Amino acid sequence: MIAALLRRDLAQFFPFTGSGAALPVVFFVAVAMLFPFAVGPDANVLAKTGGGVVWIAALLAAILPLEKLVARDIQLGFFDQLRLRGVAEEAMMAVRLLAHWLSFGPPLLLATFPAAALLKIEGETFSILLLGLLAGTPGLAAIGLMIAALTASLRAGAALSGLLLIPLALPILIFGAGALARQDQVSLGFVGAISLALVALAPFAAGAAIRAAREN
Amino acid sequence: MQAPSPLLIAENLACRRGERLLFRRLSFRLEGGAACHMTGANGAGKTTLIRALAGLKTPYAGSVTREGALALLDERIGLDPDLPLGQALAFWFALDGVADAAAIMERLRLDPLAEVPVRYLSTGQKKRATLARVLGQAAPVWLLDEPLSGLDTASQDTFSALVREHCAGGGIALIASHQPLDVPGMTSFAIEDFAPAPQEDEA
Repeated sequence: MIAALLRRDLAQFFPFTGSGAALPVVFFVAVAMLFPFAVGPDANVLAKTGGGVVWIAALLAAILPLEKLVARDIQLGFFDQLRLRGVAEEAMMAVRLLAHWLSFGPPLLLATFPAAALLKIEGETFSILLLGLLAGTPGLAAIGLMIAALTASLRAGAALSGLLLIPLALPILIFGAGALARQDQVSLGFVGAISLALVALAPFAAGAAIRAAREN
Repeated sequence: MQAPSPLLIAENLACRRGERLLFRRLSFRLEGGAACHMTGANGAGKTTLIRALAGLKTPYAGSVTREGALALLDERIGLDPDLPLGQALAFWFALDGVADAAAIMERLRLDPLAEVPVRYLSTGQKKRATLARVLGQAAPVWLLDEPLSGLDTASQDTFSALVREHCAGGGIALIASHQPLDVPGMTSFAIEDFAPAPQEDEA
């Protein structure tokens, strides 16, 4: 049952299969492409600031899929039907979290290669950037899922979720982008730890949120 | 393949929507083979009652007892709008372990629509599709919220036949509908009979 659910969720959210689902990644590369135009082509400046830009772009790309992440399936009664078949909301949300991360995490990591080339990020800095995104994107996905579930029954949910994600994602951003400036692995450990805690919590918080949404 | 003795009991049930009490002191008992027709004006609380019976909404007071798996049909179709109908239904058929999906599709005349994306279906066609999902579930207890809206005459007849077969096989069906239903031995109640009196303030 869980496998069928994951397959369905992936088909819904994976880039290139779902309609317009590749947009977050395209958006991510577009931001990386715009930045040299804005600050000039000086390789030193780019290499120094580029990592931060990639992190901001990743954060923004994580916001884009939130609108459809939970609200649509609540309206469709999809979660209700699963509930009647004995699937716990927490399990639905754990599967959704995995599908959400798979749909934007790995594509984003791949897109980091062209983005890094555009921003003249090389060598050690590049590997720290890549590792940081690998450690941080599950946490971003978890925050996104919780917010999407909490705001699903609100009319202005989509706009609000972007606004809510930014402050909550700050710790990941600080340690992730901070690791680049200091070139240190300890910060990456923090990013991973924050992500882990968020991933562990998210299915429960999001599950409770969709249960609460039914009572309206 | 029905469970031995399905049962659906509501005891002293009361539900609210927002601050408003919709109904109170609602009790009934449905046993295997029983069909029950619930009537009521729009907004009287039919959908709320059905969601409470399904365990998707916490009643304000009272309790629901149920034996046997539950199938729910309501306005939320539970089918991915972008997928062709065949695929959207196949997801639920696979989950419910349906052996003969083709028979269900044929019974509800959905074969010609299998390749049509769900969002292009008409109201009646969507209703038939959700009925197919309910049939596939093979659950002994059916909660059907407005199953007839949008259905043409032929489909209404099919629907009545399905309910008759379901109940003859020992199943329970609770149907909220404005239309009359042709099911022998069916009981009925109006949800307005349980509406609070105007001067009766909610506790």
